[in-house]
Amino acid sequence: MISREEVERTAALAHLTLTDQELEKMTGELASILDAVSSLQEVDTSAVVPTNHAVPLENVMRRDEQKPGLSRDEAVANGPDVVQSFFRVPRIMEEE
Amino acid sequence: MIIGLEIHAELSTRSKIFCSCSTAFGGEPNSRCCPVCLGLPGALPLLNETAVEYGILAGLALNCTISVESKFDRKNYFYPDLPKAYQISQYDQPLCRDGWVEFELEQELLHAGVTRVHLEEEAGKSIHSGDNILGSDYSSIDYNRAGIPLIEIVTEPDLRSPAQAKAFLEQLKRTLQYIDVSDCKMEEGSLRCDANISLRPQGGRAFGTKVEIKNLNSFRAVERALDHEVQRQRNVLETGAAVVQDTRAWNEAKGVTVSMRSKEESHDYRYFPEPDLPPLAVNQVWVEELRQSLPEMPLPKRNRIMEQYGLGRYASDFLANSAIWADFFECAAKQYGNYKVLCNWLMGDVSRVLNARQEELPQSRLTPAALVELLRLVDDEIISGSQAKDVLEEVCATGRSSKQVTADLGMEQISDEDELTAMVEEVLAAHPEQAQRCREGEERLVGYFVGQVMKLSRGQANPKRVNALLRQKLQQ
Repeated sequence: MISREEVERTAALAHLTLTDQELEKMTGELASILDAVSSLQEVDTSAVVPTNHAVPLENVMRRDEQKPGLSRDEAVANGPDVVQSFFRVPRIMEEE
Repeated sequence: MIIGLEIHAELSTRSKIFCSCSTAFGGEPNSRCCPVCLGLPGALPLLNETAVEYGILAGLALNCTISVESKFDRKNYFYPDLPKAYQISQYDQPLCRDGWVEFELEQELLHAGVTRVHLEEEAGKSIHSGDNILGSDYSSIDYNRAGIPLIEIVTEPDLRSPAQAKAFLEQLKRTLQYIDVSDCKMEEGSLRCDANISLRPQGGRAFGTKVEIKNLNSFRAVERALDHEVQRQRNVLETGAAVVQDTRAWNEAKGVTVSMRSKEESHDYRYFPEPDLPPLAVNQVWVEELRQSLPEMPLPKRNRIMEQYGLGRYASDFLANSAIWADFFECAAKQYGNYKVLCNWLMGDVSRVLNARQEELPQSRLTPAALVELLRLVDDEIISGSQAKDVLEEVCATGRSSKQVTADLGMEQISDEDELTAMVEEVLAAHPEQAQRCREGEERLVGYFVGQVMKLSRGQANPKRVNALLRQKLQQ
């Protein structure tokens, strides 16, 4: 089960603002999703090696070589607030 | 007092850790970026092999065990310098763990554990419009730095004073520079340090509440900030209050730590394995090859230099502080046997001239052979010690040989007996009254006559010989 507080906290971590109604709905929906997924707990995994990755690959690496990326104008083209090719963002920290 | 450090060092690879953009310092804002390091949708990371190599080298130099299995994880948080809203880092399978560093403080050999060394990506750079991060209305973000490979080094809580923390950090920097994986320029931010500090009662077991201090961007700041924070925590405890767990920023100008409250309320990073990067199975043959390739480390080198060349601790520390200077010294020492003189020149005039020219030794035109040649000119009394300083400056400026410069500047000392005798006689004849007083025992006038001969010879007479000749003549 998932509590309403847990949903609220998860939403806050994801920077989502939910109305009371949405919270109510999400709590119910997430609970049934978790419930469905938790049926996996019934599988005996005692002999299974933990899996970090779904694809059986390892050590995929490239050589340390430089290649040109985007031009400066291309890089900032989609920025909502660009000043002298910097991305400008609102105030970050507040003093206590 | 319990101190642990968390150090970030940028690795000096040519390209970024997950894309091929340049890692060069500076540049026009956002001119060294691509869809991967800007976090554009659909872009996929591809791991830089050299970043892994440098991470392993660092781990080996810090006496760590290199993991056989390692992987990357996403550390999730929102911050403007982090374009994807997660940092690719390593959580439960760091590349290296369980190491240690030996270092010295006031000739005492100390030891601090290294919990782990892991790889991660650098964030972008924020430029704040106000004086600092706490007073800005807005910030400007440059992602050139985003994606440069970093190693994060976490120490055990083994340090017991701010001075120890500083000495540890200096040794760590030296070590990383010896193996050439990071330039460790604190002033450019390629080496950064955060500190955790708590106080506990004398003899107590349990650690006190931990406070994290960020923004320690010089060795001096590490020591000063910790000194200040110890005092602040003592004051809190003495009033009977408790220290609050906190993250504080060091304000260098005001000399205080200030509590930082992020607009993000929580540090719940929700780590999970990075699905876009397959795990690492670290090839142990490769690890052994890298282990074999490690150079002599700073402390063993210092001890060997002391022993092999009979130099003092201070001089040996100076040389072993940088592998480049030590190599220069040892190369010159093969051709020149007066090691103390050689080392004094390096510590004194060579350092002074390079500083004045704002050059580092590798970029300098001075070679070990040129320095040896210069010292021989002095030993053979062809030039004086003070002339040698001028020759050194000229050698560094032009790259010509010491002999060539000496000849070009017309500096060869006149040591020819007949030539000097003629000058001495000329000077004595020109000042009969002083010569008489000198004969009667007015010792300080010898110096006066040496000066006169030097003047007559335009500084080229060998002052020692002149002195001897003068005394000889005056006794006749």
